Amino acid sequence: MIDLFKDLVNWASGPTVLFTIATLGLLAAFRFTQVWSKTSAKVFFVVLAVFYTASMWDPDFLLIVAKPDNIPITGVIFLVFFFTWFAMHQGIQNDRRSAGEGEVLEKQESEKVWVWPDLVYTEMLAMVILSIVLLVWSILLAAPLEQPANPADSPNPSKAPWYFLGLQEMLVYFDPWLAGVVFPTLIIVGLMAIPYIDTNPKGNGYFTFKERKAEIVIFLFGFLILWCLLVVSGTFLRGPNWNFFGPYEYWDVHRVEPLLNVNVSDFFWVKLLGRPLPTGGFFAALMREWLGILMVGAYLFVLPVVMSWPRDKFPTGLKWLSCHHYFEKMGATRYYLGVSLFLMMMSLPIKMYLRWAFNLKYIVAFPEIFFNI
Amino acid sequence: MLNRILAPLSAAWKEATDSQVWTSIFRHGKPVSNRNRALVMMSNVFLHLHPVKSRKAGIKLRYTWCMGGITFFLFLVLTFTGLLLMFYYRPTVEYAYADIVDLQEHVPLGIMRELHRWGAHAMVITVWLHMLRVFMTGSYKPPREFNWGIGVVLLVLTLLLSFTGYLLPWDQLAIWAIAVGSNMARATPLLGTEGPLSASLTLGDISLINAGNDARFALLGARSVGQPTLLRFYVLHCVGLPLAAAFLMAVHFWRVRKDGGISGPM
Repeated sequence: MIDLFKDLVNWASGPTVLFTIATLGLLAAFRFTQVWSKTSAKVFFVVLAVFYTASMWDPDFLLIVAKPDNIPITGVIFLVFFFTWFAMHQGIQNDRRSAGEGEVLEKQESEKVWVWPDLVYTEMLAMVILSIVLLVWSILLAAPLEQPANPADSPNPSKAPWYFLGLQEMLVYFDPWLAGVVFPTLIIVGLMAIPYIDTNPKGNGYFTFKERKAEIVIFLFGFLILWCLLVVSGTFLRGPNWNFFGPYEYWDVHRVEPLLNVNVSDFFWVKLLGRPLPTGGFFAALMREWLGILMVGAYLFVLPVVMSWPRDKFPTGLKWLSCHHYFEKMGATRYYLGVSLFLMMMSLPIKMYLRWAFNLKYIVAFPEIFFNI
Repeated sequence: MLNRILAPLSAAWKEATDSQVWTSIFRHGKPVSNRNRALVMMSNVFLHLHPVKSRKAGIKLRYTWCMGGITFFLFLVLTFTGLLLMFYYRPTVEYAYADIVDLQEHVPLGIMRELHRWGAHAMVITVWLHMLRVFMTGSYKPPREFNWGIGVVLLVLTLLLSFTGYLLPWDQLAIWAIAVGSNMARATPLLGTEGPLSASLTLGDISLINAGNDARFALLGARSVGQPTLLRFYVLHCVGLPLAAAFLMAVHFWRVRKDGGISGPM
């Protein structure tokens, strides 16, 4: 019985299943907003806490979770869940208030109060509590110190610090120039661009969901799924050779995973036409990769234009693609900047699913100049 | 009976608070009257980060989560513990590891390294949560767009501070985490040896970008993680990045005030 449960959890933690479940779960929670209630939060936390505590009896789970530098990840899991719930819960309560007769809570309490004592006491208390937490944590748990540095002996797996493991996880799907350089830059630029792209004047200074649905769905998908989930799975579920291991699995260094990934050019030339890849020189390489270049170009440069068309230009079933109202509302510059950043962000899940479904390695591959997408 | 003990105590307290020393430090009475509540904010440089009065909803814990304040407090804790750690630590390949071992084994009540490391992990998380709160309340919207941008830079500085500090114990965990992290720089477009298009930067037959001058070399100060890297990361960790962070925090806090204080409905 317990083994069956463990097998189930191991299976469900696989990258494909976990990512799909988490994404669908998040989207469902945005659709059925009653799940952000106090009762479901309590149930969820109890289930998570029981799962976590009970799992400590499994030696493989304990080994990875109790590693000193992995403690923050447990913190991330519980804190991020709690505060996401807390923000959404307050937002939905405010939405109910404003749907009825009332005003949002933050507006009801707009009278001014003295900062001493109302705020400084809260801050004082926060400092005292945090100091106690830090002291207890530091007394109970020694900071990790491994063997002295030895440049000749690389550990397997070699992992970056935990907060960069989302980026390291991206290396599975993208080359380092994208995963390690371009995407981090885009994350920073994209975050800074948010206030200039988002022209929705509502929801400024109070919790709400209804008035800012698109912004919140996109941001939380990025933060919870593409950042936090990848950090957590990169820390807990990636073992030697960056292979996937379930939470109750032994990290077997000798486990071999077959790598049969193929490029779009292989699909086109070898599988479809039954011919060898074109070789010899610059133009042969361009011809080899023409389909991939077309796909990437269409995704980044044609799709944003198409998406700006009005709904009636789309055939039935594709009407959801139309972002015409955003184009109207935001103006061309904001629209193209916003849609480009959004498509860049979505290229990660798209590439993940292409990998899982077709073993796709590169859409465009110029290994000669390290230009692979 | 109780009075017999308390009366002299309260007399002594009054004596102390009336003294020249006390009144030279605290320029006004206890903040129980509205006048003194205003004065305490204006006469204390640290409290002066705050306004005298604030909107009730804005200072509620359920609204701010105190996350920005907690992050700042953690920064102060890290500055203080980091300073103490600097007394014991020498950033050389020869001594670094041994100094950390000494610190753990020979310094009485030695939990400074623990406080520093766990505080650093905690700060990364609290920065994320602070940004989550600011996003979820739409507090980046006008007039606070610029301050959100400053906040993003502070997030990057926090991560870089943590990353540079990760190398300093000079154990296996440290150098390999930095090796993995900095290997990415090799793939920088144009500026990394294994980056797209960098091979096209040539002068005749000579390739301009090589392992001895590319982006990764600039980060590490060497072709692999070694003594120059340790010194470079140490200087950035202890001086460069904290100064930059402190500077931007000053701007960040100042702008919170100038953009209308803690956000609230218009």
